[in-house]
Amino acid sequence: MMGLQTPLYAKHVAAGARIVDFGGWNMPLHYGSQIEEHLAVRQHAGAFDVSHMTVVDLQGEKTTEFLRYLLANDVAKLVDKGKALYTCMLNPDGGVIDDLIVYFLEPGRFRLVVNAATRAKDIAWITEQAAAYSVDVTERAELAMIAVQGPKARELAAQVLDDEWRAAALALRPFHGLEAGELFIARTGYTGEDGWEIVLPADAAESFWQQLLDLGVTACGLGARDTLRLEAGMNLYGTDMDETTSPLESGLGWTIAWQPDERDFIGRAAISKVRASNGRQKFAGLLLEDRGVLRNHQRVVVDGVGEGEITSGGFSPTLQRSIALARLPAGNYEQAQVEVRGKMLAVRIVRPPFVRNGKVCIDL
Amino acid sequence: MSELPGDLRYTSDHEWLRQEEDGSVTVGITDHAQSALGDLVYVELPEAGQELEAGGEMAVVESVKAASDVYAPISGSVLDVNADLADDPEKINADPYGDGWIVRLQPSGGIDSGDTMDPDAYQAMLDELEA
Repeated sequence: MMGLQTPLYAKHVAAGARIVDFGGWNMPLHYGSQIEEHLAVRQHAGAFDVSHMTVVDLQGEKTTEFLRYLLANDVAKLVDKGKALYTCMLNPDGGVIDDLIVYFLEPGRFRLVVNAATRAKDIAWITEQAAAYSVDVTERAELAMIAVQGPKARELAAQVLDDEWRAAALALRPFHGLEAGELFIARTGYTGEDGWEIVLPADAAESFWQQLLDLGVTACGLGARDTLRLEAGMNLYGTDMDETTSPLESGLGWTIAWQPDERDFIGRAAISKVRASNGRQKFAGLLLEDRGVLRNHQRVVVDGVGEGEITSGGFSPTLQRSIALARLPAGNYEQAQVEVRGKMLAVRIVRPPFVRNGKVCIDL
Repeated sequence: MSELPGDLRYTSDHEWLRQEEDGSVTVGITDHAQSALGDLVYVELPEAGQELEAGGEMAVVESVKAASDVYAPISGSVLDVNADLADDPEKINADPYGDGWIVRLQPSGGIDSGDTMDPDAYQAMLDELEA
């Protein structure tokens, strides 16, 4: 199978991982049981190779000004060194080019972590927009990235760090990052659990990974990553939103900084119109009341109201029920039906997250 | 390498068939199939007494990854279904040729009436898939 390989690819193959293509990368789907990997993260600690994600460093005097124009959320909120912000990057029509995390490293210097499948278009777009601000855009393809997630993740991963950085890393508050020598450690993630995402040089990745496993951290594939983020009510780019949908119709309204009014950002005019329109679609969680499994693109029918579509559906190992995120017609209702292979199954509308920090957040 | 019992017949859709002494035929999915699907989370079973045509839909197995049809390898009527799978679909992952059986059929023809193959032919097919 041809495809890009992360610095940990040989480790995955040696561990018997089922390898799948993800955005052009050969990535581990699971190492035997996706459900066991999922539960390890909810109950203990799991490690994910996320080296396929793209790290982009920005530098220049006008970087703050540039990012306030490029991104729908406002980096002016980032006052503390190391603070992170989740945001969408919109096109002029208000569609989502990508969702990303931006870290404020120091005045004039920021780090972005963007999706793997959108890498080429993201870099092209950012570079094009950056020219007017004389901001240097540097893709850091030589870096690897490991996410360690779960209630025991920080405690265990801290043992792998050099003594010099351990205390500072453990003192990181949620959504903060730290440049620790050749490592970058951030208390962020995509699972709904506490933990770190660690950016490190490619040649240090194998050793770091192995030390985590030796400490009892479970190697987890992209399959568990997807069910964990779905339980946590976190959107997946390309599935829950893309260039044809506004963040307002994808449950991402909270990531848009409307204030201050005078800040112009790409897509602002377009999404302001969506915001002002009545009866726009809403984005919500679904809990399947019947047996079965909800899947992407299944039709949702709300009696007397209209129809919608599941954007992400699957089985929740924590709840032992099927759950989904869906784009639904506007209105107040609590029940709907989903068409699954010709049958109409009952679902309840719920507010995500379904699970956070090991705890069930909805009524079953 | 997936496990491949020598006393079964196989189909190109990765089902296995076992001839029982009373003339019935038990059907399940192969070790290769369960491994490719990943953790199973739901199984939709036919009703006992239902008449099935060879090649028609018999059951649906859903894993964390996807839903997959299981086709009737031969024509016949459903004598029994593995009701335990409703609560424990992972039995198919754990024991695909034993506790993870799916349906028992009363075939209208013989076990060889459908498009089935012996273990060597199925192994050769798997080798080709993995090449």
